[in-house]
Amino acid sequence: MSMNPVDAAAKHTPPSVARRVKGLSDKTIAWLFVGPTIFLLLAINIFPLIWTVYLSFTNFKANRPNREVKYVGFKNYERILNDADIWLSMQATAHFLIWTIVLQVLIGFALAWLINRKFKGNDMWTTIIVLPMMLSPAVVGNFWTFFYQPQIGIFNYVVSFFTGADASSFEMLGSVSLAPWSIVIVDTWMWTPFVMLICLAGLRSIPDYIYEAAAIDRASKWRQFWTITVPMVLPFLMLAVLFRGIENFKMFDLVVQLTGGGPGSTTELASINLKREAFEKWRTGYSSAFAIILFVTVFGLASIYVKALNKVKER
Amino acid sequence: MMAFFSGLFGLRRGPWEMVATIIISLGVVMLMQPFVMWAFTYSFITTLVGTVMFIVVSHFRE
Repeated sequence: MSMNPVDAAAKHTPPSVARRVKGLSDKTIAWLFVGPTIFLLLAINIFPLIWTVYLSFTNFKANRPNREVKYVGFKNYERILNDADIWLSMQATAHFLIWTIVLQVLIGFALAWLINRKFKGNDMWTTIIVLPMMLSPAVVGNFWTFFYQPQIGIFNYVVSFFTGADASSFEMLGSVSLAPWSIVIVDTWMWTPFVMLICLAGLRSIPDYIYEAAAIDRASKWRQFWTITVPMVLPFLMLAVLFRGIENFKMFDLVVQLTGGGPGSTTELASINLKREAFEKWRTGYSSAFAIILFVTVFGLASIYVKALNKVKER
Repeated sequence: MMAFFSGLFGLRRGPWEMVATIIISLGVVMLMQPFVMWAFTYSFITTLVGTVMFIVVSHFRE
């Protein structure tokens, strides 16, 4: 009779270890394995969250650790929710979030649709399209700053080529009306490949026989697209929107590198504002309250989104 | 509509999750809208109520 693999593995356990483990229940052994991970999770994720909640009710300043910490109740929350600057930064975040997601989904899906067709050089094009998301946000921010230069930047010349406008007549990063769009363009350029890859996985998961059956039933290409392709790719697309939504809600590095929140505070997203409050003005209690507000918003949105995603998957 | 209200009174998950979803969405819209300051002021409490409600009602029976 062949030996059970578990018993076979147990035979190789060193006697010293076996003596120590002997007498422990399976549950205890399981806890011994899972324990360190749970401890790390509590120490790295849960404890800072609880500590941030505590700090949000105090006047603590991280640059004055010896100062007496006073409980201020909901005062930090009151001040944030009546602050016009924070309100503006939330509007800038909304503009950035909505437009990047709309553009990335549309362009990402279109690219995936094209790449999914079999043609020569398919793999090479996929690699080229995916390149931007492999770059560091600091690098992307840096070279797009050069692209956007009104005198030497390639972006202005491309726009002037297509529109006929003078290349040095507009400044993407320096203009109050264009700067919010400049960060949307760069994020879309960088992260559309990510959405494309997820959509491509969805498109490739659709079996050919469904299209063949639809063709036999004389369904037009347009109808096949709306009744087969879109519903079957939808869960993948929703997943991509969830990932990009959460990421862009806390977008920081790329925008800091490009505009630093300017001109004025037109591109000062919530995370940039939060960083300034926490590490430039050193209002730790205040910024903790702001962080909690952002956390609750993202958590609430993610909860309803995951529910919607599960419903789509069940269909 | 009647099924929705009977679900609410019978503490069923579906209708209550729907209510929580509407409250969260309303809170997020209030937080990011550019029109009125008072909506921004009350956005956090709205989102918080919706989120806590969502966590609680997701343990209700189907």
